[in-house]
Amino acid sequence: MTTTAVSTGVAVRLEEVSRRFGTVQALDGLDLDLAPGELVALLGPSGCGKTTALRILAGLEDADSGRILVGGKDVAGVPVNRRDMGMVFQAYSLFPHLTAAENVEFGLRLRRQSAAARRRRALEMLELVGIGTHAARFPQQLSGGQQQRVALARALAIQPQVLLLDEPLSALDAKVRLQLRDEIRRIQLEVGTTTLFVTHDQEEALALADRVGVMQAGRLEQIGSPEDIYRNPATPFVASFVGLSNRLAGVLGADGVSVLGTPLPVLNASVAPGPVEALVRPESVDLTADPLADARVVAVSFLGPLARVTVSLPDETLVVAQVSSARLADLPPGTAVRVTLLPIPVVVSSPR
Amino acid sequence: MSRRLRDLLGVVPFFVFVGVFLVIPTLVVAIGAFLGDDGRATLDNVTALADGYIVQAFVRSIVLSAVTAILGAVIGALLGYALVTAEPDSTVRRVVTSACGVLAQFGGVTLAFAFMATIGLSGFVTLFLRDSLGVDIFAGGVWLYDLPGLVLVYTYFQIPLMVIVFLPALDGIRPQWREATESLGGSTWYYWRRVAGPLLAPAFIGSTLLLFANAFSAYATAAALVSQGSPIVPLQIRSALTSEVLLGRENVGKAMALGMVVVVAVVMALYALLQRRTSRWLD
Ligand SMILES: Nc1ncnc2c1ncn2[C@@H]1O[C@H](COP(=O)(O)OP(=O)(O)OP(=O)(O)O)[C@@H](O)[C@H]1O
Ligand SMILES: [Mg+2]
Repeated sequence: MTTTAVSTGVAVRLEEVSRRFGTVQALDGLDLDLAPGELVALLGPSGCGKTTALRILAGLEDADSGRILVGGKDVAGVPVNRRDMGMVFQAYSLFPHLTAAENVEFGLRLRRQSAAARRRRALEMLELVGIGTHAARFPQQLSGGQQQRVALARALAIQPQVLLLDEPLSALDAKVRLQLRDEIRRIQLEVGTTTLFVTHDQEEALALADRVGVMQAGRLEQIGSPEDIYRNPATPFVASFVGLSNRLAGVLGADGVSVLGTPLPVLNASVAPGPVEALVRPESVDLTADPLADARVVAVSFLGPLARVTVSLPDETLVVAQVSSARLADLPPGTAVRVTLLPIPVVVSSPR
Repeated sequence: MSRRLRDLLGVVPFFVFVGVFLVIPTLVVAIGAFLGDDGRATLDNVTALADGYIVQAFVRSIVLSAVTAILGAVIGALLGYALVTAEPDSTVRRVVTSACGVLAQFGGVTLAFAFMATIGLSGFVTLFLRDSLGVDIFAGGVWLYDLPGLVLVYTYFQIPLMVIVFLPALDGIRPQWREATESLGGSTWYYWRRVAGPLLAPAFIGSTLLLFANAFSAYATAAALVSQGSPIVPLQIRSALTSEVLLGRENVGKAMALGMVVVVAVVMALYALLQRRTSRWLD
């Protein structure tokens, strides 16, 4: 298979983009940068403005204020059909009266390519997304996952400057979702198109993206590599939205927060010293069986090589710890355990 | 009682209904069309269909139905489109669709009287125009009670019917298709030509055929509006069945009815064909 050169990617920049719908501030000064060829996932809870951001970039929606630069050029006033962006929607976006191949050819026809060239390119794209044998089928004769593959092929066939995907996997069942997720990444790396991928599934975002942007209420809370977002969340919102966190009472002092008697480094500033809540990852919690300890195992869930153990502290606070499954034998429910925290940096928030 | 028997009993009312109101009348018409006054088989009634006035009535009926079907289809489709672009479950849409349901079903006769009361010979609009503005809308003849009047009144109940039968097709059109077209570089015109047009065409033509059949077989509206002469087939049948001057026209009436059954059957067959095509794409 030919690698269509990584040079197709362009830089994309959203500057202070705001958009209001009636009383809802869908975007509130969003800043976002995509490097050429990069895949950025926008992650956030429902209604935080992810789709709005993507649609404004596509030109399907107008911003009230702010600038959008694609390849350094301001695209204000450029209509959707001149923006040269490939889009994949959540579902049902294929033209039902056209076959898979005709769907992929649609944009090429608009670019006045010859029938033979269109045909060739369409088949090549369908091969790329792994359904070359289904070229003659109508969308109704394809499964949801296959339809999304065709939609991806259709969007990529026109060699767009930017690829926009709005929850393209959310209508699929779990197994297909995982498989297609990996393929989207493989294909995106192969064609090198700058890509914005919108999702509310954190696992998807972390698995797929070069960088993950976590949004809340129309703004970007934090953007960084998946590992960075997970390990060094900048705010309590990011820490609780991405991955699991225990909310444990602590006391914030000059050199860290003390939780369950253990001093931990703090990631975020701007919280007043005194009583706080610390967001502690399950993998930062360690358990030791100890008949003299006063915490008790209340539940165990097996996750393959790892397991989650829920422990009740004397004050009835529940703490979730992640341990190797090999240790489960020593930790049946009812076991008295000592809870210790690893000195991994945490985010703190004012107590609720 | 076996389960099967009970299931069969359940559908008895349906078959009784269909039998009493569809099969028996059709048989009466079909058989009567080939019987003479003396009860013997004859082709006289059917050949009488070639009489000038009957042919004319058929032509007028077909023209009336075609014109009002096309007018109703175009206007109704535009109205339907305006409705689907509004909020899907807005009050406007609910009110308009239920109003359309009522108008399409029961509107004809009511409308006929409403038109007579407003722009009839002594309707208040007519009188106002004549007395105050000196405009006589019937200067060229009393068209309201003839074919042009029927076109006007029929169109009024064709439009709501079109809205009702075409709305599901419009609802089946997904906004993503337009956005996908645009993102792939297509204009609005291209979208209508290559996507929405081809997708809606079968439903549009099918609905137009339905409107045609609806107008072609309508009787009450015409009967309410037209009291002199019988410009269209249903009114010809009325006069054939009730005429006291000409006896023995009853079976000619049945022959005309048979002719109508044939026309409607052809139209409905076309309609069924088109429905099969659309359902392959939508939903
Ligand atoms: N066309 C619109 N008219 C009115 N309000 C809108 C419109 N589009 C979006 N909104 C509102 O703007 C806010 C952001 O919407 P948006 O669709 O961008 O959220 P999202 O992050 O994509 O959410 P989801 O995960 O549910 O798709 C929401 O409160 C939504 O109700
Ligand atoms: Mg969305």
